[in-house]
Amino acid sequence: MAVTTEPQAPSRIPGGSGVWSWLTTVDHKRIGLLYGTTALVFFIVAGLEALLIRSQLAGPDGDVLSAEAYNQLFTMHGLTMVFLVIMPVAAAFTNYFLPIMIGARDVAFPRLNAFSYWLFLFSGVMIYSSFFLGGAPDGSWVGYAPLSEQITETVRMDFWAIGLNLLGIASIASSVNFISTVFTMRAPGMTLLRMPVFVWMSLVVSFLLLFSLPAVSIGLFQLYFDRNFGTLFYVAQASGDPLLWQHLFWVFGHPEVYVLILPAMGIVSEVLPVFSRKPLFGYPFIVFSGAAIGFVGFGVWAHHMFTSGMGPVAEAGFAIATMIIAVPTGVKIFNWIGTTWGGRLRMDTPMLFSLGFIAMFVIGGLSGVTHAVVPADTQQHDSYYVVAHFHYVLFGGAVFGYVAGAYYWFPKWTGRMLDERIGKWHFWIMLIGFNLAFGPMHILGLNGMPRRTYRYPDGLGWEFWNAMATIGSFIIAVSILLFIYNIIKSKRSGAIAGPDPWDGRTLEWTIPSPPPEYNFAEVPKVNSLDDYWHRKYAEDEEGRLVKMEPVSGGALAVDEAKTGGEDDDPASGIHLPSPSYYPALSALGIVITGFGLVMLPVGWFFVGVGAVVMMWGLFGWSLEPVVKEH
Amino acid sequence: MTAVDAAGEFRKVNDDDTGEHDVGPVRKTAMWVFLGSEAIFFGAMIATFLLYRNTTNDGPGSEIFDIPFTSASSFVLLMSSLTMVLGHHAYERRDMRQTRIWLSATALLGATFLAGQIFEFTEFIHEGLKASTSPFGSAFYMLTSIHGAHVAIGVTLLLAMVILAFQGRLFPDRGLNVELVGLYWHFVDIVWIVIFTVVYLLQV
Amino acid sequence: MAEAAHTGSPTPKLYWMIALVLAVLTAIEVSVPYIDALDSVTVPLLLLLGAIKFLMVVGFFMHLKFDRPIYRNLFFIGVIGALIIFSVVLLALQAF
Repeated sequence: MAVTTEPQAPSRIPGGSGVWSWLTTVDHKRIGLLYGTTALVFFIVAGLEALLIRSQLAGPDGDVLSAEAYNQLFTMHGLTMVFLVIMPVAAAFTNYFLPIMIGARDVAFPRLNAFSYWLFLFSGVMIYSSFFLGGAPDGSWVGYAPLSEQITETVRMDFWAIGLNLLGIASIASSVNFISTVFTMRAPGMTLLRMPVFVWMSLVVSFLLLFSLPAVSIGLFQLYFDRNFGTLFYVAQASGDPLLWQHLFWVFGHPEVYVLILPAMGIVSEVLPVFSRKPLFGYPFIVFSGAAIGFVGFGVWAHHMFTSGMGPVAEAGFAIATMIIAVPTGVKIFNWIGTTWGGRLRMDTPMLFSLGFIAMFVIGGLSGVTHAVVPADTQQHDSYYVVAHFHYVLFGGAVFGYVAGAYYWFPKWTGRMLDERIGKWHFWIMLIGFNLAFGPMHILGLNGMPRRTYRYPDGLGWEFWNAMATIGSFIIAVSILLFIYNIIKSKRSGAIAGPDPWDGRTLEWTIPSPPPEYNFAEVPKVNSLDDYWHRKYAEDEEGRLVKMEPVSGGALAVDEAKTGGEDDDPASGIHLPSPSYYPALSALGIVITGFGLVMLPVGWFFVGVGAVVMMWGLFGWSLEPVVKEH
Repeated sequence: MTAVDAAGEFRKVNDDDTGEHDVGPVRKTAMWVFLGSEAIFFGAMIATFLLYRNTTNDGPGSEIFDIPFTSASSFVLLMSSLTMVLGHHAYERRDMRQTRIWLSATALLGATFLAGQIFEFTEFIHEGLKASTSPFGSAFYMLTSIHGAHVAIGVTLLLAMVILAFQGRLFPDRGLNVELVGLYWHFVDIVWIVIFTVVYLLQV
Repeated sequence: MAEAAHTGSPTPKLYWMIALVLAVLTAIEVSVPYIDALDSVTVPLLLLLGAIKFLMVVGFFMHLKFDRPIYRNLFFIGVIGALIIFSVVLLALQAF
């Protein structure tokens, strides 16, 4: 560990404490922490939903849940995990680290950044309020028409349609923000091809969201209008085409899965080199394959529709495109293996989760390739085989990757290390529980067990593996409890980390833990990829690492003893954007309006109130200066 | 200060180490990014209309269109792009009087277009085409109404800027500035160019 | 303020001329569907005229012709993406 002299206890997160300081913050680091904490809470909620589902399916003829309750639970589990957990977790990491990794002080639009967070939080709360207002959405997270249109006596699927649209606005705002940041705010010398892979993946994800969300947004509006205003977009009896829904949904839905996985791949690409003490193998290939996955990812959506009767031409076209996308994915796997090959590996927890990611994601990728074969998929579709596939890539893949990021970067956020022993228990228990829960689902699916059904009868041969899967899910729960315990304990009394506990390669390790509000006292000047590493180490004639003398002056020699001082304050002369309550206010107005649209005709009152609040927020926002006079 | 490095890539160099950046290109970059996504948004609605262009059930179809009338209102919107760019040009020269005149003209033309849309819709409803009549009706009204909502937002922004101009508070470094609103306004115009061609003229 | 000096920037006179061209193109466009002799080429002709108007407004009024390439790229990725994706959707739904 590269801790130098006796370090002080880490300073408090700068920017003041108290609810108001968090409500009005425009600091990307605080916003990142807000996203991460909120996502963790939703993760626990969605996990509880999963445990209820698994309890119902533990044995045949389950009677833990009614069909009505079951439908709400599996719908909300999917919706929550995708939109309220994985996406916000990625947003948390991107928010916190993208500016720092490119040497910037914040994102391009700090207030818009805050707005995205509050819109996410308020929309999530609004969607969950449905449990108390007639029931939660129950038409599956993909909401296929015509089923999603047919039940209008309850407003459950209106919560879903409006809620997803609101979340989409938050994501589009984030995407505009991050793209603008990357294209205009990189530090001197930070060319695009010197940016860390994590930043590249965040950029690709921003483009994916930007161009896919509008399609589903229109689909959702059309669905909402069909449900509430008598339009006929998906009404087959009036010659509407329900398949239009499927296309519009999956044009978004497929790029969305790459949105979920690419940041995790970016994190793994950061962790592996540090814990192998070797540079990332084939950096340009990893970058371009990430971009290729994003690009080709826009061309495969109808592989979710192989059983919808599109005809052989469409099916063959999308099958081939789906097979093609395995290629850049494979390139990444080989590059990661190449990174660890011959390295001096340190098997700390971030590394364990990253290696676990690779193994689990490969399994999930293989089942995905079998889906690409149309006749095989025709059997697999709507069976538990699909459930196995996407949990391997999204849990074994994305979740493992984001947990790796949490262990890797917790020291930077808090100034303390997460406990290694607990971390290793967490890893192994989670790995075992996960495989026990989802491995058998491949078998269940091929043995004919359908998805989204609340109960199965005795005698079909599904009992044993369902019981195993349920046990696995509870083992996962134990591992999550360990994780939470680790976080709480370490925040309070973990080992002091210092700025660079892992001997890292990228710019976030050059600043204190936690970082000051302005990130860098002086904007760094970057000379190469992994610039920080090359300032720390040179190579001798035999290619061995030689530690260099610390460079005096400049951003890269932060004297920790000085960072608390007032008169020596490097921050004098740095003007940061002022806090503002208008982003939260605007977000609140929009969500109230959305809530009103769900609850029509009573809801028109809320639409009015929400519109007024929103206009107040937006006009106040546009008229206030970015940096207020003190 | 901008710099182009050896690779010929554009990137921003901070002028000083206060971390501030030239807001002009940043906001403009953001607006173009946003307009790229709006292209998909309207593309989805236009595609829906094309799918349902003949799904009229027993109700009216494209024969209900009054091409001369719509041509006139299309012309009005097209000319509003001219007044908008003249307003921007005046603002660049800080001729605030001309700016106010041209921005007001743009808002007026936009409002005229909207009035034309409302008139057109009430006529169509009279003649038996509602959003609930057929998928054709649903697709037509959704596309043109959401476009109209975009125009209405634009008119609101234009009027807000005229008021700010009267108060001497119209600055180029705020979010609500002439160049950005201009880009938004022109975009709304080019969407209508596509709609007029695809929805109206191609269905004749 | 924003951008540094750009060469070849349009003047008001040019804007008026472009508006005139747009008006003329619109007039032509409106008459095309009514000219029976052009029936076989109505669709491509209308699409072409619409595209020209679109590009003129984007290039001159929105200044894209004179601005940084990044703006053009960002915008046209969206436009071309929309064209391709929705063409595929419509083909898959047998809309033609």
